[in-house]
Amino acid sequence: MSFLDVKDLRIHFPTDDGLVRAVDGLTFSLERGQTLGIVGESGSGKSVTSLGILGLHKGGRAKISGEIWLDGEELVGASAEAVRGLRGKKMAMIFQDPLSSMHPYYTVGHQIIEAYRIHHDVSKQVARKHAVDLLGRVGIPEPAKRVDSYPHEFSGGMRQRAMIAMALSCDPELLIADEPTTALDVTVQAQILDLMRDLQREFNSALIVITHDLGVVAELSDDILVMYGGKCIEYGKADDIFYQPEHPYTWGLLSSMPRLDRERTERLLPIKGSPPSLINVPPGCAFHPRCPYADRTDGRSSTEVPDLAPTERGHLVRCHMGRTERRTLWETEIKPVLETQ
Amino acid sequence: MLIVISMVTFGIFFVVPQWAGSTPEALASRYVGRAATPETVHLVAERLGFNDPIVVQYGRFLKGIFVGAEYDYGAGVEQCPAPCLGYSFISGQPVWPDLLDRMPVTFSLAIGAALLWVVFGVSVGVLSALRRGSFFDRLSMGTALAGVSLPIFFTGMVSLVVFSYGLGWTPPGGAWTDLTENPAQWAYNLLLPWITLAFLFAATYARLTRAGMLETMGEDYIRTARAKGLREREVVVKHGLRAALTPILTLFGIDFGLLIGGAILTETTYTLPGLGQFAILAIRNQDLPQVMGVVLFAAGFVVVASFVVDLLYAVVDPRVRLS
Repeated sequence: MSFLDVKDLRIHFPTDDGLVRAVDGLTFSLERGQTLGIVGESGSGKSVTSLGILGLHKGGRAKISGEIWLDGEELVGASAEAVRGLRGKKMAMIFQDPLSSMHPYYTVGHQIIEAYRIHHDVSKQVARKHAVDLLGRVGIPEPAKRVDSYPHEFSGGMRQRAMIAMALSCDPELLIADEPTTALDVTVQAQILDLMRDLQREFNSALIVITHDLGVVAELSDDILVMYGGKCIEYGKADDIFYQPEHPYTWGLLSSMPRLDRERTERLLPIKGSPPSLINVPPGCAFHPRCPYADRTDGRSSTEVPDLAPTERGHLVRCHMGRTERRTLWETEIKPVLETQ
Repeated sequence: MLIVISMVTFGIFFVVPQWAGSTPEALASRYVGRAATPETVHLVAERLGFNDPIVVQYGRFLKGIFVGAEYDYGAGVEQCPAPCLGYSFISGQPVWPDLLDRMPVTFSLAIGAALLWVVFGVSVGVLSALRRGSFFDRLSMGTALAGVSLPIFFTGMVSLVVFSYGLGWTPPGGAWTDLTENPAQWAYNLLLPWITLAFLFAATYARLTRAGMLETMGEDYIRTARAKGLREREVVVKHGLRAALTPILTLFGIDFGLLIGGAILTETTYTLPGLGQFAILAIRNQDLPQVMGVVLFAAGFVVVASFVVDLLYAVVDPRVRLS
């Protein structure tokens, strides 16, 4: 069994308008020291997944089923109090917008000290020293001085560093970063990604990076899981996903990604249409209304949900088209266009 | 701000009557006996300076407050020590000591009620927000609606009828014992006014707290606090309530400042000898110096209270602090 094992995870929210199937049968695993990138558009269920692992839906309206095994402990059926004890200590999270994710009325130091003292019975002085160390470690200059600053007195990049310091305060073995660089300047994004990679090596933690930005996962991930409409549609080694993708949605993601190392001869190829509503997920393959190859499946794409099946290379794809057909399409139609873009 | 208030008060009580056709003689006639001859009235108006330019009169008015004043009635000079707010038309007593006498009653009433309404209002608001839609939430918000809508003279009367005259648990209206004399009796006498007054305010505070908590508990930093592994109770109090309290603090400053200037309805309903009752009597008797004194006094408290709130705001919300 892996360090983190998620099996057939379903997170549904009953609402007045119907059942929202935010996550619908997600399975993946992750080892210590490894990084998994979860990629998808807004509303594909990626953030709901991460909050589900942390148990932050408990007590809410969410209906959760399936299994989440963290280091041999099952989390879905565990009591709220048991999961709370693991939060922050065993698993921690870095949120998207560090300004709104930090309490505006408390100093950065106070918030790190608080996080540390929840799980460590130490004096405020000891915790404070630890907080200063951490701030120094994540690259904040003059940490002994900045520890008493408020979040609004930090720049965006510094705030995200402080947020990372807070998440790392108890040496978590699983770190989930939900769009860690989306709210940041491009120049700062690279620094934060470098920092996260260095820290992950240092702590040997398992890292899940959730993003809509393929550039971010390319930078960090060992494995990539592509989500669409609450389901995994392609999952495998990062190299496979980038160089041998077999799902039309992944092709779409790749061709809508700007690349500087290519000549700007053609426009980006955006995916047409918008992500499905999670209340009325299209029947059959959720992607079929937007899929340019939906007509190649003898109508099955709109009636039958495709299985997540292994490809020749061994990564998983959820598509009705046959293996050879997908490979031919990729080699003849998609890859050449991507390369000339 | 206090200067502005003094000007406005002065304007209302000295300048406006003149616009309205009141002559210096008419003003002065309030200070002399009924049977005074026009000559006497004229003399008094002259002595009291009602014929002087407005600016000079205002200067004298301010001087009276800060330094004290001397009134020359012709029959001898009377010393009015600072802060001099003039003399009552009716009793001839200086206004300031009268105000001071009434202050403890209003203070006791306001402080006790404030304590009750903040504690109850805020905790009911928090619980309602956490159990939104529950029976408790509906019950307390229904009660709060009643609290906001029912005027003091209604709830006050009903409570007096039921608890004082009916059940005999509490003393009837008008009971007042000084705190220094007998603290237990003091609290016992004030219990009913406290609760009645607090009920009105607690209702507003509960609704405000509930709305604030519903908003802050949905904030990203609450999710962060939970992600850290913080216990729910601490998430609610340290992170949620802390942020929701800021608007409540503002409201509290204003409410409390207003109350200190006299809880007119409560004091009247329970016939408590406080500033509110004083104001009502003064108005009924058309005792201008007294009315002016109590207005100036009450306005001063509102200003001081909002100033204190501004200072507290900086303590509560670091983003307001000047760097």
